[in-house]
Amino acid sequence: MNRVLGIIFSNMHEQNISEVTVHRCMGSIPVGGRYRLIDFPLSNMANSGIEQVGVVTKQNYQSLMDHLGSGRPWDLSRKNGGLVILPPFGNEESGIYRGRVEALVGIMGYIKHSGAQDVLMADCDTLANMDLKPMVAAHREHGANITMMYKRMDIPASLSGKDQSVLGIGEDGFVTDMLINPELTGEQNVYLNVMIANRDFLEQVVASSYSRSKFNFEKDVLQAGIEKNRILSFEFEGYISRFNSMRSYFSANMQLLDLATRRSLFPPSRPVYTKVRDEAPVRFGLESKVFNSLMADGCLIEGEVENSVLFRGVTVSKGAKVKNSILMQGTFVGASSSLECVITDKDVTIRDERMIMGFETYPVYIAKGSTV
Amino acid sequence: MIIKKQCIAMVLAGGQGSRLYALTQGIAKPAVPFGGKYRIIDFPLSNCVNSGIDTVGVLTQYQPLELNEYIGNGRPWDLDRARGGVFVLPPYQKSSGSDWYTGTANAIYQNMRFINRYDPDYVLILSGDHIYKMNYAKMLDFHKKKGADCTIAVLEVSREEASRFGIMNTLEDGRIFEFEEKPAEPKSLLASMGIYIFSTEVMRKYLEEDNASPASSNDFGKDIIPKMLSMDASLYAYSFSGYWKDVGTIGSLWEANMDLLDPSLPLDLRTSDWRIYARNDGRPPQYIGPDAHVQNSIITEGAEVYGTVDFSVLFPDTVVGKDATVRDSIIMPGAVVEDGAVVEYAIIAENSVIGAGAKVGDRPEDTPDKDNWGITVVGNNVNIGAGATVPAKMIVDQDVQGVSVV
Repeated sequence: MNRVLGIIFSNMHEQNISEVTVHRCMGSIPVGGRYRLIDFPLSNMANSGIEQVGVVTKQNYQSLMDHLGSGRPWDLSRKNGGLVILPPFGNEESGIYRGRVEALVGIMGYIKHSGAQDVLMADCDTLANMDLKPMVAAHREHGANITMMYKRMDIPASLSGKDQSVLGIGEDGFVTDMLINPELTGEQNVYLNVMIANRDFLEQVVASSYSRSKFNFEKDVLQAGIEKNRILSFEFEGYISRFNSMRSYFSANMQLLDLATRRSLFPPSRPVYTKVRDEAPVRFGLESKVFNSLMADGCLIEGEVENSVLFRGVTVSKGAKVKNSILMQGTFVGASSSLECVITDKDVTIRDERMIMGFETYPVYIAKGSTV
Repeated sequence: MIIKKQCIAMVLAGGQGSRLYALTQGIAKPAVPFGGKYRIIDFPLSNCVNSGIDTVGVLTQYQPLELNEYIGNGRPWDLDRARGGVFVLPPYQKSSGSDWYTGTANAIYQNMRFINRYDPDYVLILSGDHIYKMNYAKMLDFHKKKGADCTIAVLEVSREEASRFGIMNTLEDGRIFEFEEKPAEPKSLLASMGIYIFSTEVMRKYLEEDNASPASSNDFGKDIIPKMLSMDASLYAYSFSGYWKDVGTIGSLWEANMDLLDPSLPLDLRTSDWRIYARNDGRPPQYIGPDAHVQNSIITEGAEVYGTVDFSVLFPDTVVGKDATVRDSIIMPGAVVEDGAVVEYAIIAENSVIGAGAKVGDRPEDTPDKDNWGITVVGNNVNIGAGATVPAKMIVDQDVQGVSVV
């Protein structure tokens, strides 16, 4: 897309889902059998014609770098532009950043040199397939300084007061109010942590905020600037699921078993790209029984699998039963073991004849590399 | 500038593959899908890169479009190299006229300029329609140790099979003294696998002589090898043990796919030390529905199964509808088996649709005329109408009308 720079923040919101972010950043959380969270914003940008994308990192970004490589799977390995990983840039003024403002200060040189007219910024906390072109068009048409993407959605009591912003929107579509982590429930205009800013404006507000030691972009730039800046809203009407707790991690994966969800997340015209691992196809054994499940390549199924999401290279041995569970890459389930409402991280081994049970609202999480 | 390579590979992918009939309409044989997510050409290309050979020429002259697009810049096989890599080599117009490839040897002869660019000491000649895993580096070591002019990979076959192959008769140390094409009374059981390593200078000499001989059919097996034997050149047989299959016919293509369902098969696609690479598009994981029955099958990303799948191989973007049954069959990329349809002992090629309630193929035990039984093939982009029946052994390359149910 003409003169739009994409910026993806790979670390924001990690505290909400701390179990799976011990060894990895938000962007590299495995999801949906073969993806990482960052695949969604990155594919959205690539499919919307954005040809240069910077990925802002802070910590635990080794697995992210391995995943992204040169950006080839997203067709972002380019001579001009393409994918750039932006590791924390430490100097006297800006060390490891404390907030989005400092993160932007650290990469302002990159942003300036991009030659972009607008900067589209997204976090890695949602699962959605978005065409971003209409948002850019609306932003430019209205001559907005910033355009924030939101969705009308229900805030359950469990998420009231948690990490999210709610927008008040005027009849002209401009943002009139912004509440950060409000104690609200029910249907609200929830900000999706996706925004587009005019580049010159962004440079100026970030410098001004930074010089006043105000590092919180949401509070010090967006909220504080509602009166004087032109902040437009843009409604996203498609399917989205948000990752703000282990429970939401579990349900977001489970929702993929629903056909309508898969159709809206994976339309053939806008594929979601990810790193290719060249695993062999799934092999189903003689006594395998599989119902309502999603499976990535490299799995070997000799037992029973029901209502589950299996990542690449999972083995379910003879007589084993896996139900309502999420098994990440390389999980091994031994013979005659039984799992229900379990999330196994990468390379977990469940020995023979083990029995582990969680509950839908409280799935059991087994850490990376553990043996049970 | 000469970029010296010790050994480069030339893959003979030119065959029309006419014995695969409807499956090769519009695509070259090496681009035919195999094993759930691969194409036949993935095997020689992956073998090359896994053996440390980084320069590969793919010779083709029949329907090169899809093969060309598939190979692209060679990235999926790690063959997009600054020096070397993979190249598709169709016949081209020369100042002294242009020629189609008249035989396997002629195809190599016409590309001597390509070979010369890399100044290789050895040239590996491969076929584009074999399924196997092989470390060519070991064969090259053998070739060097023997100081051979040409080394031919051989496989021990049964006495019944031997009369279908080119048979190498060897001395104790592996030196070949006689070559017999499809002998009625085989003297040995060592069948040529169509894999040759030549010392480049020797190959150049024989190819030039062969080209100058108007009587020659310009074929490695029929002309070059017999000629070399008659000139007392040193030819050695390199014994290969493991799985190897020529998938040049409908029957053997079906069999080779079904072989993958045997857990004891000596061709494990799941090992990470000798991966077979393929071009992959972004497909979501496969989905197995709430009422599905899936057993003893191979299914890949992008497939959706709501019915029964047994002893079958399903490729990306295939759909098996509710109450549909797929048994002992191969469903190639994008093919759809609609609700209630039955597919048995069949190959359904790319993007074809088997209408609801249709019946394609038959089990051998259910066929009245057992001698006339065979695998049923539905070609690329063919629609079989709802309720229609396609009997055993039939090869369909045009739409079949549905049967209206009153």
